[in-house]
Amino acid sequence: MMTYDNQRFEEPQFYSSREEMDSLLLHDDFSKSKPSSSTGGDDDHRRRSISTTAPFAEIPTSESGDPLVHLSSFHQNPKSFNSFVDPPSYADAVIRSFESVQSAQISDNDAVSTSEPSVSHYFIRISVTEPRKKHDLANSVVSGGKNYLTYLVTTWTNLPEFNGTEFSVRRRFKEVVMLSDRLSESYRGFFIPTRPDKGVVESQVMQKHEFIEQRMMAMEKYLRKLAAHPVIRNSEDLRMFLQVQGNLPLMRTSNVAAAVDLREVVHQGKGGRDLVRMFKELRQSVTYGWGGTKPPLVEEDKDFLEKKMKLQDFELKLSNVSLQAESLVKAQQDVGETMGQLGLVFVKLNKLETEEAVFISQKTRARDMKNMATSSVKASRLYRELNAQTIKHLDKLHDYLGVMLDVNNAYSYRSKALLTVQTVVSEISILTSRIEKLEAAAFKIFGAERTGIQKIDELKETMRVTEDAKDRAVKEYKRIKETNKTEFERLDKEKREDFFKMLKGFVVNQAGYAEKMASVWETCAKETSGYAQSCS
Amino acid sequence: MQQRSPNGGGGLQSPRSPSSQPPFLSVSVSDPAKMGNGVQAYISYKVTTKTNFPEYQGPEKIVIRRYTDFVWLCDRLFEKYKGIFIPPLPEKNTVEKFRFSAEFIEMRRQALDTFVNRIASHHELQQSEDLRTFLQADEQTMERARSQDTGIFKKKPSDLMQIFRDVQSKVTDVVLGKEKPVEESNPEYEKLKRYIFELEDHLAEAQKHAYRLVKRHRELGQSLGDFGKAVKLLGACEGDALGTAFSELGAKSEMLSVKLQREAHHLLMNFEEPLKDYVRAVESIKGTIAERANAFRQQSELAEMIKLKEIDLNKLRLLRSEKMLDAEHEYEELKADGEEATKRFETIVRLMNEEIVRFQDQKTRDMGQAFHEFAKGQARLANAIADAWRSLIPKLDSLSVS
Repeated sequence: MMTYDNQRFEEPQFYSSREEMDSLLLHDDFSKSKPSSSTGGDDDHRRRSISTTAPFAEIPTSESGDPLVHLSSFHQNPKSFNSFVDPPSYADAVIRSFESVQSAQISDNDAVSTSEPSVSHYFIRISVTEPRKKHDLANSVVSGGKNYLTYLVTTWTNLPEFNGTEFSVRRRFKEVVMLSDRLSESYRGFFIPTRPDKGVVESQVMQKHEFIEQRMMAMEKYLRKLAAHPVIRNSEDLRMFLQVQGNLPLMRTSNVAAAVDLREVVHQGKGGRDLVRMFKELRQSVTYGWGGTKPPLVEEDKDFLEKKMKLQDFELKLSNVSLQAESLVKAQQDVGETMGQLGLVFVKLNKLETEEAVFISQKTRARDMKNMATSSVKASRLYRELNAQTIKHLDKLHDYLGVMLDVNNAYSYRSKALLTVQTVVSEISILTSRIEKLEAAAFKIFGAERTGIQKIDELKETMRVTEDAKDRAVKEYKRIKETNKTEFERLDKEKREDFFKMLKGFVVNQAGYAEKMASVWETCAKETSGYAQSCS
Repeated sequence: MQQRSPNGGGGLQSPRSPSSQPPFLSVSVSDPAKMGNGVQAYISYKVTTKTNFPEYQGPEKIVIRRYTDFVWLCDRLFEKYKGIFIPPLPEKNTVEKFRFSAEFIEMRRQALDTFVNRIASHHELQQSEDLRTFLQADEQTMERARSQDTGIFKKKPSDLMQIFRDVQSKVTDVVLGKEKPVEESNPEYEKLKRYIFELEDHLAEAQKHAYRLVKRHRELGQSLGDFGKAVKLLGACEGDALGTAFSELGAKSEMLSVKLQREAHHLLMNFEEPLKDYVRAVESIKGTIAERANAFRQQSELAEMIKLKEIDLNKLRLLRSEKMLDAEHEYEELKADGEEATKRFETIVRLMNEEIVRFQDQKTRDMGQAFHEFAKGQARLANAIADAWRSLIPKLDSLSVS
């Protein structure tokens, strides 16, 4: 069982004052650290609470890069800002040692279920990059001859099913949709990750950089989720998607999903009969809401119902937490920004007092203002980093909201299967009663008409076929039930692990940065301690 | 035969025994109380004076004053002590719903207390008669004094004459085509003026950000609190170890939310308010700059008028006109006015030079203290946050394996 942490994420967009601030940090040691790309194995993905490269380094970001690395020169007074950022302090050393302790602890927790190279040797990593425009000439049936985008899907793995350890293919979004549909069919009952939305795509929208970025990220996230699922990971469809060059064979898409599903279950038998049944079931499904969770007969499995309710409650509360988490992150960002702006003003004031100094008291004040400015700017940067980390941790909440969707989809397959069973069962009872009636009638009339007997025989034949269908339907339903059960267990376990990790990561993160900030302000307080008075 | 009597019979009266303490005047503004109802409602403050100044009626006196009384005092001092940077008053707040908020009242009280104390500790202002009235007079006397000086005609008769003359000179200027305002050409003073104006800009910006920072702290506190509540609910529905973990996290968040709100208040009172005070002080200085410009202009205008009058007078002397006596009289008056104007201007210049030193010293101290409080508060908050979260970690660890 693998966890999968190579997430790319977006740094929140900060505006103008950030550039101003960055221009101050001309000689900042830490900003020299390059954004470390998350390469290699998964062993360092766990140490996420505080970034691993340098005390003030940023989390690896995507192409937009780290503004702190692009230092523009502050042309006016470069020298006076040298002292703005201190070398690594004791606090950092403390954080570091704590980190390694913590990561060791987490490793212990994870050893059972996640892939540490020492425990399980298998890993798989997927990335989606390099969007390219293509023009579709041939298959105009599919795309109408329009432009489309392809993406480079690269996989690194040592799983034996794959022939190779690193390979890439070009895929377009339509193929992702196809993959998703196939998996939905093949893995009914499983909590299959939901594929990214298609969205309304016009050729103009396709150009938009943002849209492409988002789609790429969504695709990557989706594929990684698939690879993280212990059962789906082994799917042949997935393997083909990741490895086989060229266009994937066109498969039936599931726009008429219901009919297709049911046909698989009842794939033999007289065409006419099946069609009638299919329409009956379709009608019933529509009555109860398509893919809805209200089967005509009450689902008897109490255990399932309990779990379902619990999960629904969980989903509700979770989405509330997710909402509040968003405001929290925004508020944290705001504090940091305002702190930075305050620092900048004090820089200006320091400049004014220094240049226009007529009195010594002004020089003293200038120095005090500089301290204030330095500390504020430092604190502001710490807030920024803290926030980037917080977003990462709390993202887990959003992930699980997505999982809830997957679970709901699995429910719908269950209800459909149950519906099929019930429909078949009712058919059987109808047939049975008809046969009984006819037999009773035939019994009365000695030497009945040939047609009567023939009819009974036909009905009995139909009955046999229908019984077969019933067997298959019941089997399918039972299978889905079992799958649901194991999936619930898997979900529980993963949920527990993931959330504990999230909580701990969040808490350690907050504590670590709070300590750093405390040290910044304690220094500042010490430097101004001469002004301390008993009361204002 | 010498008669020895302690306080002297027919001889010199020996001075009253000097107090063992050096002279002091200490004032405090406290106990804000809402008076009246509806639109007429206002806040009154208790003003306590402790002093050994001989001009004051005894060692301690308590009076009740309202904001407009303070405004009156400020205006009077501004009129009388041109050249001195009169300590600034908190602004009049016209937004109804904040007028009686506890925070606003406390901020105002603090600012008023600072205001009076600064006056009381200024070696010239503390001698002011208006101050004595303010600190000691009964409420009726105070109200009378206050209403006398409100309205357009709050100037004394002599001032009205001055206004009249000002208008006259302005007319003369227009007639003579001299409409440009006359200004000093003093490079140091120019530098000071530029400094003051630039300082005002930066300080206003700093105060704006400081206030915003207070708000941000409050918002963060609010968000953290809401987050905590939501997490607790999630914990309740989850149950088991994970549920407990959520609940604990939620509880800590709520606790920290309270600390954040507290720090926001501390930030407001001990950092944002001093900055605002600094801004007001600079505005007060601008007022003094305006007064100085006024005084300079009056002086130059009178100098002009004297010159013209002299020419006039000589003409009349030659003509041996009967108007000559009147003209001489006017000339002498003008010259006296001119001297007075010059004296007024020079006093302002002298005072300003002293005041600016005092101002810079004062502000370095005030700001130093404000920074110290800011840093202390932030450190305190950060440590509280760190402690709270750290204490949760072993609990999370034990829960995750249970």
